[in-house]
Amino acid sequence: MGDHSHGSPDDSGTVAKAGTGTLDKFQDPGLPPHRKRLADTDPRAEKRAERQVALLFIISIIGTLSFFIAYFVLGRPDSLSEIRVQNSMLGLGTTFAMLGIGIGIVHWAKVLMPDHEVSEMRHAIRPEADRQDAEDIINQVIEETGIKRRPLIRNTLIGAIALAPVPAIFMFRDLEGSGKTAGQLIEQLRHTMWAKDVRLTRDPSGTPIKAADVQIGSVFHVIPEGLNETEDPLNEKAKAVVLLMRLDPTQMNVSPGREDWNVDGIVAYSKICTHVGCPVALYEQQTHHLLCPCHQSTFDLTNECKVIFGPAGRPLPQLPIAVDSNGFLVAQSDFQEPVGPSYWERG
Amino acid sequence: MSTTTKYTPKTATGRIANFVDERTGGSAMVKEFGRKIFPDHWSFMFGEVALYTFVLLLISGTFLTFFFDPSMTHVIYDGSYNPLKGIGMSAAYSSSLDISFDIRGGLFMRQVHHWSALLFVAAVSVHMLRVFFTGAFRKPRELNWVVGGVLLILAMAAGFTGYSLPDDLLSGNGLRIIDGVMKSIPVVGTYLSFFLFGGEFPGTAVIPRLYSLHIMIVPAIILLMVGLHLFMVVVHKHTQYPGPGRTNDNVVGFPVGPVYAAKAGGFFFIVFGIVAFISGFFTINPIWNYGPYDPSPVSAGTQPDWYIGWVDGALRLMPGMIGNFSFEWVIPFPWGWNTLSLNVLLPALVPAGIIFTLMFTWPWIERWLTKDNREHHLLDRPRNAPFRTAVGVAGVVSYCVMWAAASSDLIATHFHVSLNDVTYWLRTLFIVGPILGFVLARRIALSLQRKDREIVLHGREAGIIEMSPEGGFSEKHEDLDVYQQYHLATFEDRKVIPAQPDAAGHISRKEKRRGALSKFFFEDRVAPVTPSELAAAKAAHGHAEIEGSEQDSIGH
Repeated sequence: MGDHSHGSPDDSGTVAKAGTGTLDKFQDPGLPPHRKRLADTDPRAEKRAERQVALLFIISIIGTLSFFIAYFVLGRPDSLSEIRVQNSMLGLGTTFAMLGIGIGIVHWAKVLMPDHEVSEMRHAIRPEADRQDAEDIINQVIEETGIKRRPLIRNTLIGAIALAPVPAIFMFRDLEGSGKTAGQLIEQLRHTMWAKDVRLTRDPSGTPIKAADVQIGSVFHVIPEGLNETEDPLNEKAKAVVLLMRLDPTQMNVSPGREDWNVDGIVAYSKICTHVGCPVALYEQQTHHLLCPCHQSTFDLTNECKVIFGPAGRPLPQLPIAVDSNGFLVAQSDFQEPVGPSYWERG
Repeated sequence: MSTTTKYTPKTATGRIANFVDERTGGSAMVKEFGRKIFPDHWSFMFGEVALYTFVLLLISGTFLTFFFDPSMTHVIYDGSYNPLKGIGMSAAYSSSLDISFDIRGGLFMRQVHHWSALLFVAAVSVHMLRVFFTGAFRKPRELNWVVGGVLLILAMAAGFTGYSLPDDLLSGNGLRIIDGVMKSIPVVGTYLSFFLFGGEFPGTAVIPRLYSLHIMIVPAIILLMVGLHLFMVVVHKHTQYPGPGRTNDNVVGFPVGPVYAAKAGGFFFIVFGIVAFISGFFTINPIWNYGPYDPSPVSAGTQPDWYIGWVDGALRLMPGMIGNFSFEWVIPFPWGWNTLSLNVLLPALVPAGIIFTLMFTWPWIERWLTKDNREHHLLDRPRNAPFRTAVGVAGVVSYCVMWAAASSDLIATHFHVSLNDVTYWLRTLFIVGPILGFVLARRIALSLQRKDREIVLHGREAGIIEMSPEGGFSEKHEDLDVYQQYHLATFEDRKVIPAQPDAAGHISRKEKRRGALSKFFFEDRVAPVTPSELAAAKAAHGHAEIEGSEQDSIGH
């Protein structure tokens, strides 16, 4: 270990020099000479630095005290603006409490503690002798187990070890705790609450919607009637939620087989994006585009919600609707395909 | 009876130390570490910031666990935040609101926790960039680089599991995206989703499960890895930047006691202070604005936390259809039809897969390419390893393009441009950007090296203009001192190593590939100045052509 603080540039005593003249390379001049700080030479500067450090620690004390002032004097705030003030005061108190200590200690280290760099040699990570011994020990251990001479034991052990963790993986099967079979689970994804004559109701109030209420350009967020009374409303909602809009029938391109899925231009589409399942919540009235705010998949309502931009790969599923005898909108059936993101078994 | 003389402490400190030592054998530790030398450089602090923000996460997180209720039981909110009074929500969201509004200092702790988390992942990332660009991952530190990479992934996992806990609208939609991505995985994906959510999305099981992961498993593994990481730092000792007096065989810096301990220890409080300031004045994740999770509404401009942004951005960049070609493939099998949703699967897994694979294997790639199996304790200045710097910049550019894509909607609204155009541009940049970044970074590194060469050969511009008797003007150049000269003229000089024949005289195909890559990376290089070159340059009035007799620098 060398201390170059008293060395000269040419002889700092820290660096072994390579043989000169053997290589066309610059010689390592060793560590640059140590420069003394003001506080090292001027006692007044030293005193001043001492006071600065102490002042920073006092600022910390004041910071901690102001934390308590914010905590007790402001008490239990009950309006948002009071909470904001208290939060800022607690933050400021902690800031001063911590920065005072931190900057104080660092300042102390930088100005008053010895500042000459020290050089230390690195050691080999592992001595060669140990390495030979370790190898011998490992060989001895392997030899004593006899595993090389007994391939039957070795192979059956490998087989047993390979198989043993598999049950642990299957334990996770019960994370899905309903006891349903795989087929039943997959089947669940294909169905929503919608069925013949289920009324379309407003989200979240659950009041039914009259066909006459739906104007061109208006948009309704729709849930099936009775959704809020189900056992897992969020699960049902995550599949069943629907957007309802009315278009000018002349603007719509309706494919064969879907002619009677709308009611005078009133159409209902799944609100769950076919990309990864975020709600497609933005409706541009002018262009009749539906946009998912999460990943910007854009669907064209006039073309049965065909994808016109973004990462989605499929159109939004359409819900066939009709009007019941009271003039309320009802579903004709469930969706004709699974809603939401694609999955392997979707088909 | 012992024959050795027994040590008797003379001071009070000595007596206390002796008490501990007789029971723990701590004096060996003090002897080993008390004066251990740590090199000093501002860029070494990022690792420290990561460590300290992790400590802050443990402190603030523990506080939050006392008040947070990780349950999806349906409750009616009755706290002091009026706009949500009487609304049904999960107990998790309700207790998050209570922490924000009804626990004194709770909001502050939430803010400290969230800001620390953001800073933690940022510090880990920047620390890794520092290690990469300076070549600190080279032998013997490859394994520690891998541990660091694992820590980055764990940091992201900790962040995402935490982000989901409050069960607000934003976090619920985040989980919905996870659900959609899981379901796109062939064969097992649907079941993985069922298992995670305990049935159909969203179910009532996912928050408690994420809670277990977030407060126990993930932090425990992070702690273990941090321990391993620091243990290896002790084994290897710290790297240092090259310079006069700093060789591959020594460590130059400050001793742990007292200087380094004071600087590093004080720095913890500084980090804490800055996090406290940010937490006091800049609100992050105002969950009360979002409302409880509900699969139907969503807010515009939804943003994930920054470290997940790049994955979300990749999801946004991928087109679902090109013309009428859909990336969703329905494949016929003997048992029926199966759906492969490449528009989700590709962006969710492939970019992350490539980035992490390259990251983890880079030390070995570089070792194979340069045939360099020596130990390295001296760092490279990034300019002195142009190929590595260029590769790193290409990686950073592709990451940043994906990251920017996660805010494509906000870019569009803030700059009043078309959202679709933003996406088209970013898609183009995703392909072109890394190539451009590679070329530019390498050129900049090479030109900086040439500048260094010029400074060594000519000296620095003194700012003194001289007029010659003939009336010509010239600027005086001042010679560098030996320290600066050594600093600029001494670095690892990497040359092309052409494909080598093996013992049988045969050049394998793999070796040919290595040779070609070596040529690609090292063909253009700037050689360090040699003393004889400097002497030649000085002999020629100090104004000789920089690339004088031995034209060994940049190729084209």
